[in-house]
Amino acid sequence: MGFLDIDNVTKAYGAVEVLHQVDIAVEEGEFLVLVGPSGCGKSTLLNMIAGLEGITSGDIRIKDRVINNVHPSQRNIAMVFQSYALYPNMTVGQNITFGLEMHGTPKPEREKAMAEVAKLLQIEDLLKRKPGQLSGGQRQRVAMGRALVRNPDVFLFDEPLSNLDAKLRVDMRTEIKKLHQKLGTTIVYVTHDQIEAMTLSTRIAVMYNGYVQQLGTPKEIYDNPSNLFVATFMGSPAMNVMRVRLEERNGALHAVTTGAEGQEIALRIENAPAGYAAYKDREVILGIRPEAITDPEGADRNARNIQALSNTVSVTEPAGADTFVTMTLAGKDCISRMRADAEVHPGQPFDFAVNMDKAVLFDPETEERII
Amino acid sequence: MAVTTDTGADFRTRLQSWLPKLVLSPSLAVMLIFVYGFIAFTIYLSFTDSRMLPSYEWVGWQNYDRLFRVREWNIALTNLAIFASLYIAICTVIGLMLAIFLDQKIRGEGILRPIFLYPMALSFIVTGTAWKWFLDPAIGLENTMHLWGWESFAFDWIKDREMAIYTIVLAAVWQSSGFVMAMFLAGLRGIDNEILKAAQMDGASNFQLYRRIILPQLRPAFLSAFVILSHLAIKSYDLVIALTGGGPGNATALPATFMYSYTFTRNQMGIGAASAVIMLMTIAAIMVPYLYAELREKK
Amino acid sequence: MAAASTENAIRSSSFSRVLIYLVLLLFALFYLLPFGIMLVNSLKPLSEITGGNMIALPREWTIEPWLSAWSTAQIGVQPTGLRPYFINSIVMAVPAVLLSTIFGALNGYVLTKWHFPGATIIFGLLLFSCFIPFQIVLIPMARILGILDIAGTTGGLVLVHFVYGVGFTTLYFRNYYAAFPTELVRAAQIDGAGFFQIFYRILLPSSGPIIAVSFIWQFTNIWNDFLFGASFASGGSAPMTVALNNLVNSSTGVREYNVHFAGAIMAAAPTLLVYIVAGRYFVRGLMAGSVKG
Repeated sequence: MGFLDIDNVTKAYGAVEVLHQVDIAVEEGEFLVLVGPSGCGKSTLLNMIAGLEGITSGDIRIKDRVINNVHPSQRNIAMVFQSYALYPNMTVGQNITFGLEMHGTPKPEREKAMAEVAKLLQIEDLLKRKPGQLSGGQRQRVAMGRALVRNPDVFLFDEPLSNLDAKLRVDMRTEIKKLHQKLGTTIVYVTHDQIEAMTLSTRIAVMYNGYVQQLGTPKEIYDNPSNLFVATFMGSPAMNVMRVRLEERNGALHAVTTGAEGQEIALRIENAPAGYAAYKDREVILGIRPEAITDPEGADRNARNIQALSNTVSVTEPAGADTFVTMTLAGKDCISRMRADAEVHPGQPFDFAVNMDKAVLFDPETEERII
Repeated sequence: MAVTTDTGADFRTRLQSWLPKLVLSPSLAVMLIFVYGFIAFTIYLSFTDSRMLPSYEWVGWQNYDRLFRVREWNIALTNLAIFASLYIAICTVIGLMLAIFLDQKIRGEGILRPIFLYPMALSFIVTGTAWKWFLDPAIGLENTMHLWGWESFAFDWIKDREMAIYTIVLAAVWQSSGFVMAMFLAGLRGIDNEILKAAQMDGASNFQLYRRIILPQLRPAFLSAFVILSHLAIKSYDLVIALTGGGPGNATALPATFMYSYTFTRNQMGIGAASAVIMLMTIAAIMVPYLYAELREKK
Repeated sequence: MAAASTENAIRSSSFSRVLIYLVLLLFALFYLLPFGIMLVNSLKPLSEITGGNMIALPREWTIEPWLSAWSTAQIGVQPTGLRPYFINSIVMAVPAVLLSTIFGALNGYVLTKWHFPGATIIFGLLLFSCFIPFQIVLIPMARILGILDIAGTTGGLVLVHFVYGVGFTTLYFRNYYAAFPTELVRAAQIDGAGFFQIFYRILLPSSGPIIAVSFIWQFTNIWNDFLFGASFASGGSAPMTVALNNLVNSSTGVREYNVHFAGAIMAAAPTLLVYIVAGRYFVRGLMAGSVKG
């Protein structure tokens, strides 16, 4: 039993099921992020928790109380919307206290709660203004203030940062994280931005096609993706995936493919999980993150299995702190991430170092992780 | 989409989910009775031998058969064809021309626009009164020209059985063309200026610019103007009453005036109802596809 | 017309600009003349009209025709002037405008923010009802007004105008509220506001422009209506348009053109006033209702 239980919940519009048997138990104080591409069902799920959409089957419970048919205002939740949804005709102060007013809180208490929240979010000098006179970041704060003032059991965030410009988005991200650490509230947060998901969450539910693909801590999701979708969706630049043949050579499994000039490239796999054996002499999909391919000097000193890979460099993209280097592997672009001062030149051969500890294999048919 | 809750909800939630339907229902009931119920009733009457009062004696298609043998109805249909086609065509041409001209960064647009538009705010009865006198040969335009020394000037269409219908077109165009101008102007202002700049870089002349780039983008405005004008034309009643009273004789009768006189003054309610049904069908033939397309587009 | 005039990419020669101004001025004259001349001639004694030039300014200015049209002219059989009919029209238009606007606003709110099965069909039916030729409802309406015992009364006309106006007002408010962010309604729901509270506190304060549009549209249509007035009002309860038509087309006695003109301008004055004061909203509203369907 969690603090917020999503128990076998499905959602269907007529005969079309858009959300299939979602099962998530959120503990008190957790920061759960629902992440996925648009249309994956994450916003639908959030709206179902909020009570803005009906539940076709299953239960949603907060503190063990089934809230399936409870009006949104009686669920003790608060929500921050993508557009902030500030009432344009009311001042910031009125926006913040509207919910308390609707719940019949006496005016002195409302004023007190508003003052506290305003102080917390540093918006005291904005209280008399209308939303139209605020900047994007200020609106964002007011929207959070409106949620905070209700002191709800669960906070719901619906892509709250997607309307901000890049710099402000990073600042507000930190701000939200600080707020969560300070107040210890339970948060369900929807985003399509995997970096937001990684940085903010205590746990992530990656969603696609109405299914929860994987539920786990950011590290679990990043290092041990359970299928090809999760592997490629999380991380930027995305994980390199390529078709390779699994062959046994000198008593060890090797991932065999071809380089830019058609030369054979074989990468030894050590401590292969038991599942690999069944794929011997078959094609599989190899997934390897850009930061696991480096120049030999930049390789992870703690890694046990660094494999050398000689190939021609096709493009280099210096990005300040790192340089992204592209080569052709198995007929496709493969991106590696190097130190900024690595000596790499387009068109030249280069010795890459591949950290095979981090490599993952997927079944080419089911796209599930092979373990 | 807002809250949808069903069974098992608490009282407040259930009441809240019923309120929208409750609020909508009076208007819905009124519409179903006063619009669709009445339409059904009139259609029914058109198949009965109702005269001064509704009667419930079924006579089949007899009223429609008789309707199309009445000379006055055929005059009314011919007049409607003349009136509607000229009214729509002239309003569209004038409206489009004025809109394009006004869109050339005209000084005083703020004064000209309301002048073009104000007739729309007037009652057709007022418009009819003004034009009736202006067109009256004895004291109006013709008389003025004679007083100014142009003795041979003759403009007596309003008294002429052949020409009277065109005076109705004239007054109707006067009243509505400014409105069409407004629709086209709104369409023109909605066109992305960058497209026009791109076309000019491509070497299009002003004429080509309008013909190839701008007019095709005004398609929705053309369609709306056509639908609204044809709808107004078929309903036209007040203007004819005020301007010519349907005369001379019944030279300017339109279906709307025919329906009224047959139903209420000549006590031929069955035939009157049949003529109203024909009018409804004509408008439906234009409106239903248009509305259907508009509603589908929105989804 | 609300669209701010943007930098226009089209340039034209000075010759064609002169031509354009000429055409525009000619049409301005065309639109102004009939009404303008009517105004001038309403201030002349009758003899100057029948014996003189209509373009000429009055040699002898008089407001006598206006006084006569307002309080003594023969309307039908009574020498009452147009005053009682003007009052009839106000008594008819004000409640009909208010009622249809209130219901239109609520309907628009329900249809956009509280979707339920069949809403599109209901809206389609409502939309089509705006465009029916009213001839199709004249006969049953006359019967119903008789049965309700409000035939020939102003109350009956209020009902008629409400019934056939609420479709249009619903259309306006629906289009307006469709663009109103639904997230605001959701936020208010989570804040605990009920159906009517959301309407009063959230939507209504932002509805100024569309309320103006609805008022102007309904007032203009109802004030200018002739068909319903002529069909369902009798004698003393007739609205202004019907009275004006009676005045102008009465076959007895001398045709007092100057009185007719004064009467016509009186009948036009309220809608013209509304148009001058709030014309921008009027056009915007027509666009919202017609172009967007």
